[in-house]
Amino acid sequence: MEPLTSRARAVDRKPMTLWEKMYLPAIAKGMSITFGHMFKKKPTVNYPEKTRPFSPVFRGLHVLNRDEQGRERCTACGLCAVACPAEAITMEGAERLPGEENLYREEKYAAKYEINMLRCIFCGLCEEACPKDAIYLSETFAPANYTRKGFIYGKEELLIPNPVTQPEEFAKAAGGRVRPADDSNGI
Amino acid sequence: MYLTLLSVDWFLLIEKAVLIAIIISVSLLVAMYETWGERKVAAFMQDRRGPNRAGPGGLFQPLADGLKLFMKEEIIPNSSSRFLFVLGPGLAMLTAMMTSAVVPWSSHFDLFGRHISLQIADINIGILYIFGVVSMGVYGIMIGGWASNNKFSLLAAIRGASQIISYELAMGLSIIALLMITGSLSLKDIVEQQQRAGHPYYVVYQPLGFLIFLICAFAECNRTPFDLSEAENELNFGYHQEYSSMKLGFYLFAEYVNMFISSAVMATLYWGGYDVPFLNDAAYAQTHSQNLLAIFQIISMFGKIVIFIFFFMWVRWTIPRFRYDQLMRLGWKILIPLAILNMLVTGFLVLLKQNHWHF
Repeated sequence: MEPLTSRARAVDRKPMTLWEKMYLPAIAKGMSITFGHMFKKKPTVNYPEKTRPFSPVFRGLHVLNRDEQGRERCTACGLCAVACPAEAITMEGAERLPGEENLYREEKYAAKYEINMLRCIFCGLCEEACPKDAIYLSETFAPANYTRKGFIYGKEELLIPNPVTQPEEFAKAAGGRVRPADDSNGI
Repeated sequence: MYLTLLSVDWFLLIEKAVLIAIIISVSLLVAMYETWGERKVAAFMQDRRGPNRAGPGGLFQPLADGLKLFMKEEIIPNSSSRFLFVLGPGLAMLTAMMTSAVVPWSSHFDLFGRHISLQIADINIGILYIFGVVSMGVYGIMIGGWASNNKFSLLAAIRGASQIISYELAMGLSIIALLMITGSLSLKDIVEQQQRAGHPYYVVYQPLGFLIFLICAFAECNRTPFDLSEAENELNFGYHQEYSSMKLGFYLFAEYVNMFISSAVMATLYWGGYDVPFLNDAAYAQTHSQNLLAIFQIISMFGKIVIFIFFFMWVRWTIPRFRYDQLMRLGWKILIPLAILNMLVTGFLVLLKQNHWHF
């Protein structure tokens, strides 16, 4: 039969020669190989000190976005919850009261916004569905937790820091992911 | 009677006691850092980094490991024979430590008008002493395995005992060839002979003998490729399976101390011991101080030992374990005939030399 690949080698079943029976040359060869490995570059990354950068399309934890004046963008339209294939998103809408214009961008806002991180499959469909750029996936992943309840993230965990009062924290959380606001008066 | 008591050289006793304390603590320290070195060498040969969390470069790792061993719960199985169970690791450690008594670590210091030899005991049967003590080391394994009352431990102990007995023969025969050349059993004499200007190390005269001795030393230390008595995949853990806490630590430590001592013995017998290479030691002591020379000799001795220890580790992470029948065949059918041949050829040549190369 024709060999399928060019790598096939016939097994040599000849009795060993005296040179081979001595084993020492073979041992010396093996030892030179292991010695050579001592100076090879180590593929290990010293993890806590050094982290490998995530790829630019990495989909991590969700962040609820604010606009440049620090107002929440989410209008509780529910499109993300509809788009979510894992049904991980729950929300309750509420109407903005007079005097809250500096908190919420439009007349309606999400009074409660929860994502169950155990259900979420981090597909990013919520990000795509959102017409207000209010939710996007960041470059961090959910840390460990002791209870299942701990994995249900509410608005406290998800909301990005206010860019007006906490610009540094905002920039860190945004991490180059937040698109520049091109629609200051809404769509 | 009082006069005889007073005539004892008390300073000598103090000097020796201090020397013994130093050598034992150095042996333990070396054994500790051998565990670190072993892990580092293993890691480097496998393209890993090895322990690097505790201290710079993981240097405090052995301390952490030792602390862990001390803190572990000590379990003595109900079915074991209690006295022997405790005796086993103690004996292993004792014999490992006792061997260091006859190894000359350096020439001598001239301090406080005293001639302080850096050898605990220069007995004229040094090599025989080492052989005697090392063969007692097998009792540590044997008793530990037997007292555990566990079939795996017993199997491992029997394996270890038969392996050590088989390889001791070849080791002894390879040494006889060396002794024919040296004409002395004292380790100090052997080093001093190699120290003479223009005299090569004995490995030049006895390359085959050294190779046999090296292989047998691996077997005596229960190191890979001869670690059949603690073959994890066949016998769970070998003879120390039932041991925990510091008793296990003693067994592991004894193994590393053995490695240290056998490196020292190999360096002494075949590689000039504390002789500083490329330096006429006697002339240096004349022109400079003897104390300085002694320090250089200690460094030289430890350098040689470290090289041998590295070699032990290097081999361990290269060669897989022998099968039991292969082990026995290598010992009885290859090494012993080779050692006898080596002995005969050496004897012939020594006789010929005594006869001024006339037949």
